[in-house]
Amino acid sequence: MASSPVLLTELELDALTELVNLGVSNAAGSLRDLVREEVVLSVPRVLVVTREQALANLSEREAKRLVAVRQDFEGDIRGRALLIFPEAKSMELVRGIIGSDLSAEDIMELEQEALAETGNIMLNSCLGTIANYFQRSLRISLPEVIYGEGDEFFGPASGGHANDRVVFMYINFAIRHRDIEGYIAMLLDLPSLATLKTLLAALIERTGGDPVIAPPHGV
Amino acid sequence: MTHKVLIVDDSKLARMAVVKALNALRPDWPRIEANNAEEALAQIHEERPDIVLLDFNMPGKDGLAFAAELSRHSPRIAIAVISANRQAEVINRTEAVGATFLPKPLTEKALGDFLNTAVQGATP
Repeated sequence: MASSPVLLTELELDALTELVNLGVSNAAGSLRDLVREEVVLSVPRVLVVTREQALANLSEREAKRLVAVRQDFEGDIRGRALLIFPEAKSMELVRGIIGSDLSAEDIMELEQEALAETGNIMLNSCLGTIANYFQRSLRISLPEVIYGEGDEFFGPASGGHANDRVVFMYINFAIRHRDIEGYIAMLLDLPSLATLKTLLAALIERTGGDPVIAPPHGV
Repeated sequence: MTHKVLIVDDSKLARMAVVKALNALRPDWPRIEANNAEEALAQIHEERPDIVLLDFNMPGKDGLAFAAELSRHSPRIAIAVISANRQAEVINRTEAVGATFLPKPLTEKALGDFLNTAVQGATP
């Protein structure tokens, strides 16, 4: 189906990447309080892609089984945010969060809770930072942990529209010397993507401020 | 007296935010920009800035590693590391290399205080 594409300019994508990095940096601080050790988090790359491309990006790098923490959000922009890890790595993450001195049984028991809490901290921090910078408010649902293949997160059966876009972010995570690569994905419908573009442009405008011409002599 | 400021951040938006604050505080100070540590190093050799404002999270060498090198090789330069990552470990490492930690989003107040201190430090 033909649809008019909403493309972000280079500067708009730069601004979105910066907001997401601010969000995960804040989240790193909150996670640090939880694990009582430094947490290293960064988002080196942000892409805006179709659902098919998001699926392809995931399947290119990851085995099939994935785990995700999902939260829906509503406001000027509405959509679904997912923090995604390969299922094999999710245990590493849980051990990193709750410490490895627990028995395998205890860890299994706490897995869902630890994942939900991590997702809640990261996704809320990203969405909250974006909303604050846009001077808008977003209502964010409670986290839900889901297991499945990429198709279940982005495929037609996951709901939404076929032409929804995905803001796809690669995240690097290091916690208690465990390196974990994961993804944050924000599924947006086209009107929300258009609003996102408008809000990014407004943010850039505000940040650019009035052009200040340096006076010839010091103030 | 003016001081030359080098702003190092891989995000143009973040550099714009710093420039905006600088425009409000020290509109007459010359400023230069770099995208990453490597570019910054070239700028430092060519332009000899007095003050360097570094983003923490950058592809390639991060701001903290770069601050450590810079403060060893060019101790006369006043360095600030700017980050939204306010973990105690990050702040402590920043201070241990002789740089100042400034939280992101950068406020004019925080930047102004740092610039004042940097200027005083530079005065014999």
